[in-house]
Amino acid sequence: MQTSLFKIGDKTLTSRLFLGTGKFGSNFEMEEAILASQSELVTVALKRIDLETETDAILTHLKHPGIHLLPNTSGARNAKEAIFAAQLVREALETNWLKLEIHPDPKYLMPDAIETLKATEELAKLGFIVLPYIHADPVLCKHLENAGTAAVMPLGSPIGSNKGLKTIDFLEIIIEQSNVPVIIDAGIGAPSDAAKAMEIGADAVLVNTAIAVAGNPRLMAEAFKEAVIAGRKAFEAKIAIQQNHAVASSPLTSFLYD
Amino acid sequence: MKTFKSVFGQYDWDSIQSKIYQTSSKEVERSLAKTKRNLDDFLALISPAAQPYLEQMALECHELTKKRFGKTIHMYAPLYLSNECQNICTYCGFSLDNKIKRKTLSDAEIKLETQALKEAGFDHVLLVTGEANYTVNINYFLNAIAQIKEQFSIISAEVQPLSTEEYERLHQAGVYSILVYQETYHQEVYKKYHTKGKKSNFDFRLETPDRIGTAGIHKMGLGVLLGLEDWRTDSFFNALHIDYLQKKYWQTKYSVSFPRLRPAEGIIEPNFIMDDKDLTQLICAYRLWNEDLEISISTRENEKFRNNIIPIGTTSMSAGSKTNPGGYVVDPQSLEQFEISDERSAKEIAQVIKNSGYEPVWKDWDKSYH
Repeated sequence: MQTSLFKIGDKTLTSRLFLGTGKFGSNFEMEEAILASQSELVTVALKRIDLETETDAILTHLKHPGIHLLPNTSGARNAKEAIFAAQLVREALETNWLKLEIHPDPKYLMPDAIETLKATEELAKLGFIVLPYIHADPVLCKHLENAGTAAVMPLGSPIGSNKGLKTIDFLEIIIEQSNVPVIIDAGIGAPSDAAKAMEIGADAVLVNTAIAVAGNPRLMAEAFKEAVIAGRKAFEAKIAIQQNHAVASSPLTSFLYD
Repeated sequence: MKTFKSVFGQYDWDSIQSKIYQTSSKEVERSLAKTKRNLDDFLALISPAAQPYLEQMALECHELTKKRFGKTIHMYAPLYLSNECQNICTYCGFSLDNKIKRKTLSDAEIKLETQALKEAGFDHVLLVTGEANYTVNINYFLNAIAQIKEQFSIISAEVQPLSTEEYERLHQAGVYSILVYQETYHQEVYKKYHTKGKKSNFDFRLETPDRIGTAGIHKMGLGVLLGLEDWRTDSFFNALHIDYLQKKYWQTKYSVSFPRLRPAEGIIEPNFIMDDKDLTQLICAYRLWNEDLEISISTRENEKFRNNIIPIGTTSMSAGSKTNPGGYVVDPQSLEQFEISDERSAKEIAQVIKNSGYEPVWKDWDKSYH
């Protein structure tokens, strides 16, 4: 049985696993992993591709039917740079989809909430389908909704850390409140993290490092694919979460029977 | 603008009702086992299948309310400004076809009524009217608010549905919260009870909370008039409405009230009876679903129920209420909206609250925030 489809912008997607294209040992390894993952949306950094040539090394490996490109602005330090990059890549790749990444700090690549909100507002007006990478900040998510974001991509833990869902309490609040799809991005280190993200009701996850640097990226991509499906199925099957309520002996409701 | 109507349109009364009545105890247990609950869980918890779990629900309701609101009960009192009304609502004492003399308070009378509420200790006043748009309209409200503004930290209003722009003006004038009840979400039944007047427009009322939210009012209160239709199905739609609003107008607080149809002069009997067990179950279901929801218990309820419901989810209570304009001082015999049930004074209710180990809270906001 398939899990339910979901929609971002004008696209209906089957796979709830999005992949990153960085850190792979080779483009061939990357391509193999993406195909094994059955992902339909892969993000590629503008800074990594050569928009001048028709036969960019990365892009050639991503040309498969059913795989959509999600260009990202990794490297942009503020809204202005990100908006400029976005327009450039829209023209070159002929897609108005954009993963908005703005991180002024090159060490931890922490997303800048203020600049991201500014850029989202501007880009949405320019007709982009914006998917911003952000902290797991529920209030920011609501502001982004008002700014016209197509989805939100809160982080599970610091990018590249493989630490899993450290922000789970905030992710749950975001999922509960959101009117746009919630895609957990960054920090997902193991298939069990991805399954957990799906179990709590995330719409999708984006994974890169955990697959790219695995001993066998193709096998790991397959493992993530299955974990995401399993987690989503558990969510749709209405998972029982905890059993911790005891019935105490001083009844509050005895007055109803007097 | 997209409103709740588009969400409401996706649901069908009969299928929700049969889903509620077909809920199994296994589904109830699964919902009880969760720590974060959604509307499906709310549906399960208001079902007949959840009745045997009432004590367990009450205990968790108590714990969750204590965690979020502490052991406090917020105090407020209604101030009926007018019983003029152009609507025919067959359950309401103010109904147009109820041929009894009408009254709208003058400035001097508002002052006298206000003094009585201040002397009783109130700092939160709920202004209530019927719907008489020629006389009791936005200008009347703004004037009344200007009269009482200095004396109350919180002014709430339960008046006829207004436009977004009028709500904005009330917000600027210092109104903290607006209450508007759909009465019933069953469209045909709604038409049957609201036969004449502006209120007979179901959609305009349904979209009112959207206008309140757009206007940036701090808090809004929703509810259904329990007794018009099956309370379970109506309450599901009320929760669906709150769920939609909370996601959209996320800076707004929400409260829910549980008016059970009460006797009044010249009105019909309730079609559906909701007993105390049902009401307790409903209160618990709201709390188990939504930890932040404010839950208000009015003097429609009797002494025994009010005494015992304090530790079960309640966050605010009215006391010593009069439901007629001038009821406190200037015209105690004027036409009332309904007979209250708990006639104890504010002082007595405060003592009851203290005896339960709770603190009655009179002031909970400051004018400087407006």
